[in-house]
Amino acid sequence: MSQYLEIFIDESKEHLQTINEQLLELEKNPEDLSIVNEIFRSAHTLKGMSATMGFEDLANLTHQMENVLDGIRNHKIVVTADLLDVVFSAVDDLEAMVNSIAEGGDGKRDVHEVVQQLKQIEKGEVPSFASETKQEAVNTAPALVQTYGEFEYNILQQSKEQGFYAYEIRVKLRADCLLKAARVFMVFEVLNQAGEVIKSNPPVEQLEEEQFDQEFIVTVVTKEPTEQIYERIMKVSEIEEVVVHAIDVDQFKSAQEAVPKETEVVAAQESEEVAVTVEKTEQKEKETAHKQAAANKTIRVNIERLDILMNLFEELVIDRGRLEQISRELNHPELHETVERMSRISSDLQNIILNMRMVPVETVFNRFPRMVRQLARDLGKKINLEIIGAETELDRTVIDEIGDPLVHLLRNAIDHGIEMPEVRRAKGKPEEGTVKLKAYHSGNHVFIEIEDDGAGINREKVLQKAINKGVISKQNVANLTDKQICELIFASGFSTADKISDISGRGVGLDVVKNTIESLGGSVTIDSEEGSGSIFSIQLPLTLSIISVMLVEIQHEKYAIPLSSIIETAIIKKEDVLHAHHQKVIDFRGKVVPLLFLKDVFEVPAVKEEEDFLSVVIVRKGEKMAGLVVDSFIGQQEVVLKSLGNYLTSVFAISGATILGDGQVALIIDCNALIK
Amino acid sequence: MVEVRETELKVIVFQLKDEEYAIPVQQVRSIEKVQHITRVPRTPKFVKGVINLRGVVTPIIDLRERFGIESQSFNEQTRVIIVALGEIEVGLIVDAANDVLDIPVKSIEPPPEVIEAIEADYINGVAKVGKRLLILLNLEKVLDAEKSVLA
Repeated sequence: MSQYLEIFIDESKEHLQTINEQLLELEKNPEDLSIVNEIFRSAHTLKGMSATMGFEDLANLTHQMENVLDGIRNHKIVVTADLLDVVFSAVDDLEAMVNSIAEGGDGKRDVHEVVQQLKQIEKGEVPSFASETKQEAVNTAPALVQTYGEFEYNILQQSKEQGFYAYEIRVKLRADCLLKAARVFMVFEVLNQAGEVIKSNPPVEQLEEEQFDQEFIVTVVTKEPTEQIYERIMKVSEIEEVVVHAIDVDQFKSAQEAVPKETEVVAAQESEEVAVTVEKTEQKEKETAHKQAAANKTIRVNIERLDILMNLFEELVIDRGRLEQISRELNHPELHETVERMSRISSDLQNIILNMRMVPVETVFNRFPRMVRQLARDLGKKINLEIIGAETELDRTVIDEIGDPLVHLLRNAIDHGIEMPEVRRAKGKPEEGTVKLKAYHSGNHVFIEIEDDGAGINREKVLQKAINKGVISKQNVANLTDKQICELIFASGFSTADKISDISGRGVGLDVVKNTIESLGGSVTIDSEEGSGSIFSIQLPLTLSIISVMLVEIQHEKYAIPLSSIIETAIIKKEDVLHAHHQKVIDFRGKVVPLLFLKDVFEVPAVKEEEDFLSVVIVRKGEKMAGLVVDSFIGQQEVVLKSLGNYLTSVFAISGATILGDGQVALIIDCNALIK
Repeated sequence: MVEVRETELKVIVFQLKDEEYAIPVQQVRSIEKVQHITRVPRTPKFVKGVINLRGVVTPIIDLRERFGIESQSFNEQTRVIIVALGEIEVGLIVDAANDVLDIPVKSIEPPPEVIEAIEADYINGVAKVGKRLLILLNLEKVLDAEKSVLA
């Protein structure tokens, strides 16, 4: 059972992800039935699997969702944002259930409300929300319930110009009503006497076939006042309730505008990029075909096994180092050759193993569209999220850590970056803001950029705030470059939002982001132009377990400095060391670089005589530099990063250890901690 | 406290200066000879550094320093006892590892009020086995105190 359970959980998560993605897609193209089919397939599989595994709640909810999808597929139900909200919340429930199962729970959950809403949608009714506020929302914005096409809208407009009133009438039949179709017919008869029926939900055909529960909505244009319409309908027997709601065409227009406008914008973009889009879809098709072909040749491997493989290989790397050292010492040509060959093979092996642990950033990115949609709706902003390079691969250990920082940065971009639609319009920008999430490889690093076309960073405001909060002193302000000012927002206890919102603005986000990324051996920078947007750029190492280091000797102790922080090494005459504010500095290529004597920092017992030359490793942390003074350089080497264990936590300026070729342990220097 | 359910307790006995100490065998992973120790800067004095224990970087504590006994240079007898406590694995440097003994639980007495040189805190009790007096070490306390020092 448990072995199936694992597969079940994995596959369920995949299906839910597909559903999520396709629902978002559907929202953009509500007419595209192939998307609905895709969702339907995933939901159907999920239903089957959960029923087989005995997770009844999961199966029931999926079944209900499937019914709604079926309705959409058969043109019985129209896709609206509200409908999708309900479906999304159903998917959320499903996810929660699957997660509960994964954590060893029973996957049970109270889904009564969602099921109810789905059932109502299925029957073509307005989903009634349990909470009062939502009920109001439905009442005040009936346009969202009864959707109108361009044609109907024109009729409404014309009728208004000719002095007709437009009403939306909700009629509820009595539960014991026997001939529902007859009652509907009578209601329509009455309404046609008074005016003209424009639209009904469910459509007339379904009403005639009694394919509705007890309620239906009719839109009419008439010259009669509300009360009269109400009384006329109430005269029909077996009717429980009638709610007549006047439609204000103008107000309705503004409420309705949101939906068509969005599609218009999309349409406009599409027409501009027809050629590109076509190309893209073709490419997509190719990609999917490619993916399918690849999928046939893959197997699922427990991540634990890969970790074990990685550990074993790390042992091998240590022995490789030892062999290399021995062969150098013995200077035996045949041994030398063999060792060299082995080194090459093991380097290839290293690449393959590292690649096996690579996961596309997609696994992190794919939860963002949902989040952005929700945020945009919550904030009343219009946001288009573009994801580029989701196939870029990163080590699993990095992937696990990078999610939260990215969420922070995205929220930041949406909350603080992108302006409200009115503001954007006033500034002459398109109402819809664009947030670009881009990932790409470069050298031994992966870059992730978050770019928005929002307000950008207001440097004055940042400076003012930084001074107020004591992040920086007034005297230092003059020396700051624009970039440095932007980077102040990463300081802890900093927040530039005028009011604190739910989403961000408590000033806890960005410094945490910076710390997390730096703890992964990466860095984050900002580029911002006021008025036209910001780019947050994250640089990450490809892997965390094997790194390139420069080995150095301090007296008789060996230390490793990660190559990623080293700019270069230099040998400097003692006379060239300058003094400034009790700090020894050197002039390095025109820049003043402070010197740090590692011998003193690490309290290394002195045994050697001082020499006339200083060996200096120039390292950097962002824009700042420092020169680490060591006794000698040993050389560059690939080493396996090991932790110091759970006993020695938080050792100053040491990020871990590695085992050298001779079996000894060398400590790895954390340059970030040394540079303040 | 040491488990009292069983009637006998299997312990590893080691020497520190003139005293004999005991650790329950369940807490001991292995006993090693002293090998190259890499000093870790800016840690308490009793943390001698880390060793490469078959690929695992393991911290080493000098028990003499820990208990404030004057240190002595390592010799042929010096051993490192690798102990494990939950997630923590460390090596303890001792003068010699002497014995594996089964001691009757009944023979264990609570720590006396005053014990020479060592705080009573680190001690679970004292066991009399024949003429020998074994001090039962409280590993939690020995390891825990430094954690606060480091933090």
